[in-house]
This record gives sequence, structure tokens and C-alpha cells, in this order.
Amino acid sequence: MLILTCPYCGVSGEETEFHAGGEAHLKRFGPGSSDADFESYLFHRENPKGVHFERWRHVSGCGKWFHAARCTTTLEVFGTYTAQTSEPPQSIKDAITAKRPGWTWRDFA
Amino acid sequence: MVVGQIFDRSITNRARRAMKGIRRMSMKRYSVFAIAREAARYHSGWERAWKSPQPKKRYDAIIIGAGGHGLATAYYLGKNHGITNVAILEKGWLGGGNTGRNTTIIRSNYLQDPSAAIYEKARSLYETMSQDLNMNVMFSPRGVIMLAQTEHEVRGYERTAHANALQGVKTEFIGPERVKELVPIINIDGPRYPVLGGLWQARGGTARHDAVAWGYARACSAMGMDIIQQCEVTGVRRDGGKVVGVDTTKGAIECNKLGVVVAGHSGVISEMAGFRLPIESVALQALVSEPIKPCMDVVVMANTVHGYMSQSDKGEMVIGGGTDGFNNYTQRGSFHHVEETVRALIETFPIISRLKMLRQWGGIVDVTGDRSPIISKTPVDGMFINCGWGTGGFKAIPGSGWAMAEMIAKGEPGALAAEFGMDRFVEGRFIDESVAAGVAH
Repeated sequence: MLILTCPYCGVSGEETEFHAGGEAHLKRFGPGSSDADFESYLFHRENPKGVHFERWRHVSGCGKWFHAARCTTTLEVFGTYTAQTSEPPQSIKDAITAKRPGWTWRDFA
Repeated sequence: MVVGQIFDRSITNRARRAMKGIRRMSMKRYSVFAIAREAARYHSGWERAWKSPQPKKRYDAIIIGAGGHGLATAYYLGKNHGITNVAILEKGWLGGGNTGRNTTIIRSNYLQDPSAAIYEKARSLYETMSQDLNMNVMFSPRGVIMLAQTEHEVRGYERTAHANALQGVKTEFIGPERVKELVPIINIDGPRYPVLGGLWQARGGTARHDAVAWGYARACSAMGMDIIQQCEVTGVRRDGGKVVGVDTTKGAIECNKLGVVVAGHSGVISEMAGFRLPIESVALQALVSEPIKPCMDVVVMANTVHGYMSQSDKGEMVIGGGTDGFNNYTQRGSFHHVEETVRALIETFPIISRLKMLRQWGGIVDVTGDRSPIISKTPVDGMFINCGWGTGGFKAIPGSGWAMAEMIAKGEPGALAAEFGMDRFVEGRFIDESVAAGVAH
């Protein structure tokens, strides 16, 4: 069972208080984009075995969407951060590097 | 192309060798006489069901994943296409992933034509599997009911029953009285979700999942194929866009063709080969109760309240429910899903309210955007992938292996696999069972 902390209201709760919203930092493609880009945006996912960036919503709380960095092989949560960003903040990257040396940020498609 | 010609030229030789393998196996057939013979000599003559060889340097085809789907793929490569110079690589133990973790339900009552075709092919192969593999897989066509508990579901299942009639899949929509007759322990008058009817497939049922993997493994081994356990693939070797082999924890192995059949870890292998999949891996859980006397001789699925249950031959109530919402590779799920499932089933079957649960476990399922599988060529020449069976792969094992073997042997998907190509996500040509089922299925 995951324990997450909402970066907006500061409340920590277990996962039933939140709703998972899938991979974060997707680059959006819309009208005018190529078929391949649009397909990739809609369906292709990193689905990594390891560090994963994802969207969550504090449904039974303040209702805000936020981002979390989490490990899919240990369920360890490295940290949560604002959704108003296209890349995790340095503090989150540092927290991940401390636990997973050699890890690098990938620019998600 | 070149590879295909090599296969074609030597197909008769290989088929002959495959037949010899089957005959070799037939000398050690499991039968009532074998039991009697072994009983007379203190069971000293039983042999290992399959060999555990070291990998050779090169194979015509390598299958990654010795679960049900991978082993079935290898089996039909040999049986239907005469290709027996095959290795099946498994990072853990044979049948230890989702093949050994599912709730063993077999049915083919799908709405969409491509789904009905492949699941019905699989179901029909289950009918004769024990004889075909000379391994008792305990196929029990006891019947499957999918309960309709809302008006919407009634209309949905009536539509599916009509679709099944056109597809040649024998199902019928039955009323609540008939449901009660088939499942006396069910409560059809629940205050929130009364049972309004059900979609009944009389020849659906269950089978022993381990025996399915073991039966295919034994038959593959008898055809001369190498099943190599504890051998994790760490890289996919390519040369000019074509697959030439794999790196493993037991060294590099060359191959002409590569079949990837690794369920939840499909994304890990595809990353090694440099492409991404429309797949996310999530945990799905199941649990069994203490054994009780026989009380339910059909499989009941309740999709609105999200739980399904059958009774094993040992008497345990086998229970499954929904997936977690987040990406996960741990084979552990969240407790609240177990609670949700059990809560729903207690409403539906009040007599189980005081049963003790014996075991609970999780598996990692690979879920696609339209909740239908992928049986497809990949951007890498000679590399094929079979994945995305999500929460309902066990029932499909024989059909999936049949279709995957045909694609690997011929280089192009046949009729069963054609609609399940990855390109459907570019074109929006979905096989939308997520809408048809209303839930993961």
C-alpha cells in the first residue's frame, strides 16, 4: 500500500485517498501532428521497471492533480511535486539519484 | 525472407524429426497401464517430464518466456510447422508467472469478432488438450455465467449473445431464475445489484493451469526443443534492423527468429530492442479460501460489483477481482482491492461470509489501450511479440500459441492474429473489449 503526500495541501494519506492518473510528462500531440507522434502520445508508455514518473489526483482531499516519482520494483516513493512542470524539479532528481545511483532523466516522448 | 526459405526447404526433414520426437514421447506415455507398471515397481521408473539442457550456440527460433503462451507457441511451431530447433528461455521457473497465478477460467463469450475467433479457437483446443498432450489438464467445462446486475449490463450481454450466435460461439442469455437454478448459493435479490440475468456459456469452465504449462513443456521437450530455465535475457542482438540473437545470463545465443512472450515484462524486452509498446504493467490479485464441501459447480463472474468465483476440485473457493491503478512490477497488489472484491462477493454469495482465506497473491499483467492482446511483428525484422493479454490470458493460451507459431513460421500473421497487430493503434482500428466488458476482463 502506497503512502503519498499531496504537495498542494501537505496531507499524507494511503493510496485509497488518491487516484492514479498514469505516466507524467507526456508530450502532447494534436491536430497537425504525424500519425506516429499522435499514436505515441495516446498509447505508448515507458512502463519502466524502476523509476517512474506519474500523475496522481488527491480525490478524497483537496482534489488537486500532482506528480509523484516512484519505483515500480519496490513501490518506494521518492517524492511528490507540482503538476505545473514539464520536468521533475532538481530536488526530486537528487532524491532519486541518492537512492538509485546512475539513474538519468529521460526526456519522455 | 531468407530465413523463411531456409525453414521451407528443410520443413519435411524437420517434420519427420518432430514426428520421431512425438513417437519417442509415446514410448513413455502416461496411461493407466503406466501407473499399473510403476505401481508394480515402487514408482521407480518415472522420468523427468522435460529435459533441462544447457543452451546451444544457435537455434532456428528462440521463444522468450516459458509460461503457457510461450510454451504453446513453441509446441505449435513444432507440431504445426515442423520447426523443432527451438529454445524456450525462462528467467524464473517454468509456468511461474501469470500461468501459475490466474484463476484458471476458460470462456470465449467475447463481443468483437477477432476476440471471439481466437478465444473460441483456444477453448476448442482445451477440449482435447489432455489427449493431445498426454497430460491431464483437468479441463472442466462446467459452464461460466457472467451476471447482469444492471439494465445496461442486460442489454450488453443480450447483444453479446447475439454476436456470439453469429460468430458460432455457443452462449445464451438466461433469466434470474435459471441463474438461481444453476447457482443455488447465489443471492439474486440483492438490494443494490439484483441479478437480472446472465450470459451463460455451458462449455466454458476451468482447467488446471500448472498442468497446461507442464503438458506443453513435456511435449516440446519430446520434440527435441530446449527449455532453459533460470536464464534471463539481458539484451536483444540486432544486425541491420534484423534480430540475430539474444544475450542472456547463460551467454549469447544466436537465432534466426525471436518470439517474445513475456506478459508483464514485455516493455523491458522491447526497450532492449529499441521500441516502445502501448502497454502498462499493473498488479492483479487473486485469493483462495479454505476448502469446503462442493457448493458451486459453475464459474460465476460479476463484473458490475467486480468479483468472480469458482470452486476448485480441492473445495477452495477461487476468487479474483480488479487490478491496481498504478504501474507495478512487484507481484504484490494493494489490500483494498482484495477487500473490495470480497465485499462484493459476500453480497452476492452470503454463505461465504465466514470463510477463512488461505492464500492471496499477485501477478503482473500487461494491459493495452483497448484491453485486447497484441500478436504482432515488430520494428525489428525477425522479432515477433505476443503480449497484452492483460487480466485474461490463461483462457487464450492454446489459441494464442497457435496464432503466434503461425506468424513466426511464416513471417506474417495468419487469420487468427491478423487483427491483433500493433499497427491498430496507429489506425485507431481497436478491438475494443474494454467497452464491451465494462471492466478489465
